[in-house]
Amino acid sequence: MTFDAFDAWWWPYLFILVGGWLATDAWRFLGVYLGGRLRDDTDALVLVRALATALVAAVIGNLIVFPSGALAAAPLALRLLAAAAGFGAYLLVRKSVVVGILTAEAVLIAGLYAIGFNGG
Amino acid sequence: MAEDFPNSPRKASDYRRWFLKGVVASASIPALILMSAFVGFAGLAREAGITLPQAVFMTGMVWALPAKVVLIGAIISGSSLPAAAFAVALSSVRLTPMVVSLVPEMKTERTRPWVLYLLSHFVAVTSWVLAMEHLRTVPRDMRTVYYGGLGGTLVVTNMIVVTVMYAVAGSLPPVLSAALLMLTPIYFLTSLWGSARESAGHFAMIFGLVLGPLFHVVLPGFDLLAAGVIGGAAAYLVHRMRKGRGAAT
Repeated sequence: MTFDAFDAWWWPYLFILVGGWLATDAWRFLGVYLGGRLRDDTDALVLVRALATALVAAVIGNLIVFPSGALAAAPLALRLLAAAAGFGAYLLVRKSVVVGILTAEAVLIAGLYAIGFNGG
Repeated sequence: MAEDFPNSPRKASDYRRWFLKGVVASASIPALILMSAFVGFAGLAREAGITLPQAVFMTGMVWALPAKVVLIGAIISGSSLPAAAFAVALSSVRLTPMVVSLVPEMKTERTRPWVLYLLSHFVAVTSWVLAMEHLRTVPRDMRTVYYGGLGGTLVVTNMIVVTVMYAVAGSLPPVLSAALLMLTPIYFLTSLWGSARESAGHFAMIFGLVLGPLFHVVLPGFDLLAAGVIGGAAAYLVHRMRKGRGAAT
């Protein structure tokens, strides 16, 4: 039952509906149903936020260490350096996401040019 | 302010005006950053073997970017549908408290429930931040209309961004193509750190970053769930222990 398990055109859409839409909107609808009856600082919510953060961070780690496409051909050391530089710049400059993104991209692109990167 | 009178009769032009004000409010710095993240998402979806219609469908139906990135991560690592749905659900529980805090801001005695359920679909970090910032300046009975304009515009704009970037991504030179694929990780690396409210969030991020690639090697197919559950629970325990010792949280 993976994303490309069946050849039918509708299977990926069903996968996205059940694995994506249902899995997110169910929580949104629950929020409407609960209305104002939930506090935001309870211990259970701290745990929920920690699980969600670790999960997304795991995807991010994989996207840097095991990327796909052209980024996979870039040296691992350069990917790690670009990410670290972007994150460092973000922390240094008023936690600006824009500064972090621009720094990481600048380091990556400069590095790729320096090694004569051609995607292979 | 006369406009705050809940019983004052509303004309169709009032609804149109506040809807448009919501549309205009979506043009903002957070929305620009979000668009750059969707540029990265388009490249990511293409590399994961997802077609253009599927990527646009996913953008409209799922909307929350972390959920979509987890869904694509699950697709790349060959997860089955139940495992993928479970991982996405786990990454999206945080939508509930966001909606819970937003609904009382928009609701009046006359608001129909289906309107709130429909509008809740637009809730993701950026539209929520913008709404919480602007809604207090909107007359109470116009807030649902306003949020419809704001949230709807963000969704539709980014569906267009994904369409255009997906089409462009295939013809980029290798260096730009690599740079495009770096956008998503660096966007989340920074924005996730900034959105953490307590130390648990920062620990969870560090644990997840290390455990994700580790479990990718040892537990392919279940790497995201394992890293999320173990990393998240460990972060929570560290948070509790530090709190117990009276350390700053």
